[in-house]
Amino acid sequence: MNSAALLVRYLAISLRGQLQYRASFLMAALGNLLNCVIELAGIWVLFDRFGNLSGWSFAEVAFFCGTVNATYAIGELLATGFDQFGTLYVKTGDFDRLLLRPRSTVLQLAGHELSLRRLGRLLPGLVIVIAAWAALDLPLQADRVGLLAFAMAGGVAFFFALMVLQATMCFWTTESLELMNILTYGGVETASYPLPIYHRLFRRFFTFVVPLACIGYFPIVAVLGVDDPLGTSRLFQVTAPLAGFAFLGVAIGVWQLGVRRYTSTGS
Amino acid sequence: MPQIEVRGLAKTFRVAERLPGLAGAFRGLFHRRMRDVHALGGVDFDIERGELVGYIGPNGAGKSTTIKILAGILNPTAGTCRVDGLTPWRDRRRHVSRIGVVFGQRTQLWWDLPVIESFELLKDIYRVPAAVYRDNRDRLIALMDLEPLLDVPVRQLSLGQRMRSDLAAALLHGPRLLFLDEPTIGLDAVSKLAIRDFVRELNREAQVTVVLTTHDMDDIEALCERVMVIGNGRILVDGSVDGLRRRVRNERVLVVDYDSADDALGIEAEGEGVRLVERDASRVRIAFDPDRLPAATLIGQLLAQGTPHDLFIEHPPIEQTVAELYAEHDMRER
Repeated sequence: MNSAALLVRYLAISLRGQLQYRASFLMAALGNLLNCVIELAGIWVLFDRFGNLSGWSFAEVAFFCGTVNATYAIGELLATGFDQFGTLYVKTGDFDRLLLRPRSTVLQLAGHELSLRRLGRLLPGLVIVIAAWAALDLPLQADRVGLLAFAMAGGVAFFFALMVLQATMCFWTTESLELMNILTYGGVETASYPLPIYHRLFRRFFTFVVPLACIGYFPIVAVLGVDDPLGTSRLFQVTAPLAGFAFLGVAIGVWQLGVRRYTSTGS
Repeated sequence: MPQIEVRGLAKTFRVAERLPGLAGAFRGLFHRRMRDVHALGGVDFDIERGELVGYIGPNGAGKSTTIKILAGILNPTAGTCRVDGLTPWRDRRRHVSRIGVVFGQRTQLWWDLPVIESFELLKDIYRVPAAVYRDNRDRLIALMDLEPLLDVPVRQLSLGQRMRSDLAAALLHGPRLLFLDEPTIGLDAVSKLAIRDFVRELNREAQVTVVLTTHDMDDIEALCERVMVIGNGRILVDGSVDGLRRRVRNERVLVVDYDSADDALGIEAEGEGVRLVERDASRVRIAFDPDRLPAATLIGQLLAQGTPHDLFIEHPPIEQTVAELYAEHDMRER
């Protein structure tokens, strides 16, 4: 069986397992839903008070917010095994079990769990995007939708990569560090607003070091069909999501270093 | 060519020394003294195809370090190791697809899944062809009597049932080499016997090479012709179970029962290589060295002194033998 098919099997099994614990799933999904709604409400309050955000309308900002939330939700959905890696695998020594199987550790961890409660963030995220799309009267064109899908795919790779990096640190620290939350939760928060409102250093950081803007702001500007106040070209905007995949490549490289360390220290 | 070839295998761990107390823990945050722990200090051995080898030693002797290296999930500091022509830790994925590993303390199955679904998933993970899988699965289910357990989630199995399922799971892909790490730990007598029978059968009939680590000397006596004893990171003894006994103390015990305590009272055993261990009512226990005094001669001596009701010869329990070996070695180390 090839890797993709195996991943689907893993995830199907995980889904069935979770449906056994229905109450827990419903509560967690509801929690995530509320989180997302409150976030949007926060933005709305802001606009109610100030009307616009340096020229960006409420619908435009909602578009950013919805996209990044939906993207993050999918990334997190696939990376649950990495998110809980320290406590579930390193501390218990269960990582040995993954190493004893003739498959890549990344694949096995991606298949660890398809955490249904993350749907609580995915669904409202998608609803917000669709509502904002309608409110902005954007034409429903294949290239726009395609670009959005491409940006989201790059974003999934990006957030997945962050989780992989977070898990990699566990090889040194054993427990999952909350440090990465600055970039994951903080990243979602940051990317919910258009990039130009931030300080120049921040913009550089989120473009060149941690390419959050490349999977969020830049391609979305092209989807919205507006000119970038920062002056980037359309070509750059539509190719920027590639940075998400490159970032994932780097993260997996770092992960392999961590695995090598694990197999030479045994803990 | 041997199936497993190990030469000069060494593993040194660097561990941070812990200072006592809260203040010590705090200082450890900033300044760490590292210490080298030599888990393995140059180990050599060969294991031939079809052998069933017991690998024993006290806790911390280097047993699990060796097994982890052989299984490909730990890199050694020095030395070489070839298993079926592969270096385990360099070629991990290919290597692990050909071996089976069972840890008694930890299940390889999915906690929430029924046993049969774990099997199906393992089939996909190991890329076992459908026909081969069906054959292996049906054979293992019959051998381990798993039929009634197949639809039970693993978390609801008893320890013995789980162990049987785990063993079957490790063999679905038809490995030629099986590592068993304490497979009988915590099991009741019936389950222990079932596991031992199965392992023996697997080794004799299917010619699967088995490396067994255990603290249960009954496992070793029941299964292994060859035993390796490791202590402080070195192989102390490598040979037959009998050889291990002889190496420590070549002694057997003749137990003689008389009709009454009075009959037993007058019995004496004297001479080179013989001593009377215990006189307990109508029973007398005499230790002797069969190389210096053959059992027949000793029995002849006793018959001359009276007619026993019954007599039999005991091996000293291997546990005692091993304990003496550990003690002897520790003394040498210090």
